[in-house]
Amino acid sequence: MKVIVPVKRVIDFNVKVRVKADGSGVDLANVKMSMNPFDEIAVEEAIRLKEKGKASEIIAVSIGPQQASETIRTALAMGADRGILVKTDGEVEPLAVAKILKAICDAEQPGLVILGKQAIDDDSNQTGQMLAALLGWPQATFAHKLDMGDGKADVEREIDGGLQTVDVKLPAIVTTDLRLNEPRYASLPNIMKAKKKPIDEKQPSDYGVDVSPRLKVLKVTEPPKRQAGVKVKTAAELVDKLKEIGAI
Amino acid sequence: MASLVIAEHDNASLKDSTAKTVTAAAQVSAPVHVLVAGSNCGAVAEAAAKLSGVEKVLVADAALYAKMLAEPMEALILSVAGNYDAILAPATTNGKNYLPRVAAKLDVPQVSEIIKVVSPDTFERPIYAGNAIATVQAPSGKKVISVRTTAFKAAEASGSAAVEKIQPAADPGISTFVGEELSKSERPELTSAKIIISGGRGMQSGENFKLLEALADKLHAAVGASRAAVDAGFVPNDYQVGQTGKVVAPDLYIAVGISGAIQHLAGMKDSKVIAAINKDEEAPIFQIADYGLVADLFKAIPEMEAELTKLGY
Repeated sequence: MKVIVPVKRVIDFNVKVRVKADGSGVDLANVKMSMNPFDEIAVEEAIRLKEKGKASEIIAVSIGPQQASETIRTALAMGADRGILVKTDGEVEPLAVAKILKAICDAEQPGLVILGKQAIDDDSNQTGQMLAALLGWPQATFAHKLDMGDGKADVEREIDGGLQTVDVKLPAIVTTDLRLNEPRYASLPNIMKAKKKPIDEKQPSDYGVDVSPRLKVLKVTEPPKRQAGVKVKTAAELVDKLKEIGAI
Repeated sequence: MASLVIAEHDNASLKDSTAKTVTAAAQVSAPVHVLVAGSNCGAVAEAAAKLSGVEKVLVADAALYAKMLAEPMEALILSVAGNYDAILAPATTNGKNYLPRVAAKLDVPQVSEIIKVVSPDTFERPIYAGNAIATVQAPSGKKVISVRTTAFKAAEASGSAAVEKIQPAADPGISTFVGEELSKSERPELTSAKIIISGGRGMQSGENFKLLEALADKLHAAVGASRAAVDAGFVPNDYQVGQTGKVVAPDLYIAVGISGAIQHLAGMKDSKVIAAINKDEEAPIFQIADYGLVADLFKAIPEMEAELTKLGY
């Protein structure tokens, strides 16, 4: 069974985000970029499936600028087998990403696509679900635990009230939540080996997908700032203050 | 035309998040219809019919919808989508699960987690874990929108809409509900509680959360946690407040032993009043707290409890 893992190049989660003064977006010049953390969890899960003999080949796909090939290399160094880079500059919305991934799935025929539940830049939380709908496949989003069965996947999901288990028929879409696994670090020998693994370069037009944005971003602003308040000296004083303002 | 709100419920009761989504929907396209998909969910439909601004409630009552699995929900919503120019759902784990499927099938972009309706086609939504707010304009045609419910007031229960049964759509038959483990608690739910007391890594163990629970019981508060506390296994995942957990905005949020990582702040910084207890006076949480107490939580929490007892709580 082939497994496809889409990976997105995003601002590193440790970087303090700065909104551009002209309101046109977030300043990405000279900031550290990394693989979306939820996608790292997806890559790790795919590798574990391969180690358990449940997956035969792992294909890492990234849609983005030339530098997104570095993100694919990271996945290859962790243990993915080959990569596909769909080159495009500028923002690509989740629906366009899903359309490209659908075309890749049609060509590669994977048994499973594992994606991060959301990217930490646009926080959309849509791509996996959209891909599932376009393919007519079932989905198990926000996965906490994944077990492969016979022609199905048994997935424990993180939901608002606790945990829910669903069975989805293969082929299926899985999106990862935080506690599915702890991604490994790539070892130096594996980083060297990854340099020899193949990455196919494609264009969105190769898949017949128009990636021009359909949502118009009118402006991007700083959120309203909260001011630090007062320090109290004792727990009793804290209770008194909260009572005074009617908060308790 | 009209807008359609997909109801959030547990088959027995309608969730507050539905009433809040109705408020957002009324600003996008009125009148508002509500779709209740569930199993033996008559009481939910009745409650939805009372929400002010709602003109009609559609009920699809079938075993197929008992757990709102994404695949049958997609088919059902698409079966009625033609009648509406906007489809909205609360950004709960259910809404996040089924709604993008609907958008993809309608070939329209989804606008996720809106916090403000600027005009019927323009919305504000947080990006980068709430570190920036984007104002986005949707193209003409159908709108598919998920709503961050903490940003909207609940519609009042003063209306009386008609309730209409609709036919279930065909079962795609590709997913099956197996089971669930829901946290049982006598305390209010995190997303609707007026007061929340959350613990972080500083709690040191799950056992120590009992300290917070005792305090919560006095204040009729819900208990939450930071990602660090959940990752450490102190408490289950559904306690997590933050950008990737639950987003809350109670009247009072008490952060205990929480340093204040960006992703946690994104989930609670819209609370009306924030109090923080942490022994590290440099903790970022103090930069946004209205009241800060630099103290050892293992001393401070019992002291707070004693003070509350003294005051008759």
